Amino acid sequence: MSVLAYIESSQGKIKKNAFEIVSYSSALAKKLNVDCNILTFNTNNNSELKKYGADKIIKISNTELDNFDARITANVTSQVAKSINANCVVLSSSVNSRYMAPLLAVELDAGYLSNVVELPSNLNPFTVKRTSFTNKAFCDSTINSNVKLIGLSSNAYGIKENEGKGLEEDFNPILLDKNISVKSTEKVSGKISIADADIVVSGGRGLKGPENWSLIEDLAETLGAATACSKPVSDMGWRPHSEHVGQTGKPVATNLYIAIGISGAIQHLAGINSSKIKVVINNDPEAPFFKAADYGVVGDAFQVVPILNEKLKAFKAQNS
Amino acid sequence: MKILVCISHVPDTTSKINFVDDYKTFDNQGVQFVINPNDEFGLTRAMWFKEKQNATVDVINVGLSNTETTLRKALAIGADRAIRIDSEPYDGFFVAKQITNYINSNPYDLIIAGRESIDYNGGMVPGLIAGFSKINFVTNCTSLEIDNNQATIEREIDGGKEILNCNLPLIIGGQKGLVEESDLRIPNMRGIMQARQKPLDVVPCSNQDLRTNSIKFHKPEPRQEVKLVSSDEIDQLIDLLHNEAKVL
Ligand SMILES: Cc1cc2nc3c(=O)[nH]c(=O)nc-3n(C[C@H](O)[C@H](O)[C@H](O)COP(=O)(O)OP(=O)(O)OC[C@H]3O[C@@H](n4cnc5c(N)ncnc54)[C@H](O)[C@@H]3O)c2cc1C
Ligand SMILES: Nc1ncnc2c1ncn2[C@@H]1O[C@H](COP(=O)(O)O)[C@@H](O)[C@H]1O
Repeated sequence: MSVLAYIESSQGKIKKNAFEIVSYSSALAKKLNVDCNILTFNTNNNSELKKYGADKIIKISNTELDNFDARITANVTSQVAKSINANCVVLSSSVNSRYMAPLLAVELDAGYLSNVVELPSNLNPFTVKRTSFTNKAFCDSTINSNVKLIGLSSNAYGIKENEGKGLEEDFNPILLDKNISVKSTEKVSGKISIADADIVVSGGRGLKGPENWSLIEDLAETLGAATACSKPVSDMGWRPHSEHVGQTGKPVATNLYIAIGISGAIQHLAGINSSKIKVVINNDPEAPFFKAADYGVVGDAFQVVPILNEKLKAFKAQNS
Repeated sequence: MKILVCISHVPDTTSKINFVDDYKTFDNQGVQFVINPNDEFGLTRAMWFKEKQNATVDVINVGLSNTETTLRKALAIGADRAIRIDSEPYDGFFVAKQITNYINSNPYDLIIAGRESIDYNGGMVPGLIAGFSKINFVTNCTSLEIDNNQATIEREIDGGKEILNCNLPLIIGGQKGLVEESDLRIPNMRGIMQARQKPLDVVPCSNQDLRTNSIKFHKPEPRQEVKLVSSDEIDQLIDLLHNEAKVL
């Protein structure tokens, strides 16, 4: 029996959320008294993974796997999981991991829970806590099958160092034929994605129009943050749909979420609630967002945000 | 083209979430149920295929008789036929197994589900159906075109999007973008009247193989009161974020 962590990389570089997956997986392995294995695809350097408790890194090097295909990756992952007799497989809540997870669950005949936020509170029955009702509640859930698949919610566990044997091994998978072909991929270049960001700066209808978005973009640039928006802002075409966050948009689980000119409607809050620290800037002291935030400024965004940006630049210059 | 839309019956997005029976059961007192928003985008796209490409559109739900109001609403929006698999939707695995059993004996060219339900948030039912039935699967779909048995799909990825091609049969997990918000339809009187005459078939559920079990709910801890910073003292906000919250 063992634990297997599925992590992601892009162009040879391990993605940041991988370290949280490894931290969780190694702690889980210690709890189960088994080894923690980490599966990597075409990575250049795995040394950092070892800090977080890798007993064995299972390396796959095959350029045909550079482009993610959920069905093929699920099948390869299941070959690895079966080869090491894994009884727990852990993956992240990224778009690709969530795409692959149910396919992997079928391959492994595993019970699957997504949005898990903690290590199991009980091993028999295997019980973990997950969010449900779009962050309006938590649910203790059991997995009753032999093999268990755990989708960890972003930033729920954190990054923690741990001991591990640090072995490495190569694995040569058999690849299925492709059924789905990728015609083109478009990445917004030079911008941090909401999923990868530690900080998100988000604007609402209070900003009055798309011409004022430099306010949001400048602040985001100072903070190294991603930009986001409320639903009406994307519905009106002020910003692309990919920036819409909330219950019907993207979920946000960052360390810091700054909401500017957003009222804090229940559907908006549901999607961003699992962010650690929330700051609201709004000129209406009655805006519901103040009830959901950690810090707030009652004031006009057009005055407050430029000052905040200047002061943050000075702060960054001093602290870097 | 035969289309099946999977419809999850969920509490309206503004609902207060409470629990009864020692936090074991969702309290549906006073809660209004709706078509899951991601499924509504998919259903609306299916209506487009019906009107422009002569598709037939069935809708399916795994649920008890209380979900029939939601299925009738889907019929009033324009679906041709509804199917209800008569059981509590215990978990994603169970729901996917039931729908797979149904489509194995009633094949469809295109199955549209949502990326995620807003109550269970499993993000798994369409992927599990694809895994069980071995049909092509793409989730996080923000655009879908079908031409001559070939699908062209836009999928959202972290930090961008990609365009994919594959053959039918296909199952997708849809989301906003599939249609615009303004394309969503409110059933009119004629639709509601017609919906009463349309077939709503109740099918018994097959086996009860459960992989997971929701045993107890919790509400999030009540939060601390917000700390307000005056707009003349923005330095104080930076100080709090740096020294207290430790996020800068
Ligand atoms: C089924 C459904 C799903 C939904 N899903 C989502 C979702 O996923 N995400 C989402 O965001 N919404 C969602 N909504 C919409 C939601 O109900 C709200 O309508 C929306 O979040 C409001 O956006 P807003 O805060 O930008 O605008 P408003 O509610 O108009 O708020 C604007 C705010 O800006 C403030 N303001 C105005 N001028 C200034 C100024 N000069 N300086 C500072 N502040 C100022 C105002 O005081 C106000 O609080 C959904 C709705 C439904 C029905
Ligand atoms: N009980 C159900 N009956 C029919 N379809 C469902 C049911 N539950 C979930 N689905 C479909 O599966 C999608 C994803 O749901 P979930 O896996 O619960 O996040 C939903 O958007 C629906 O399209």
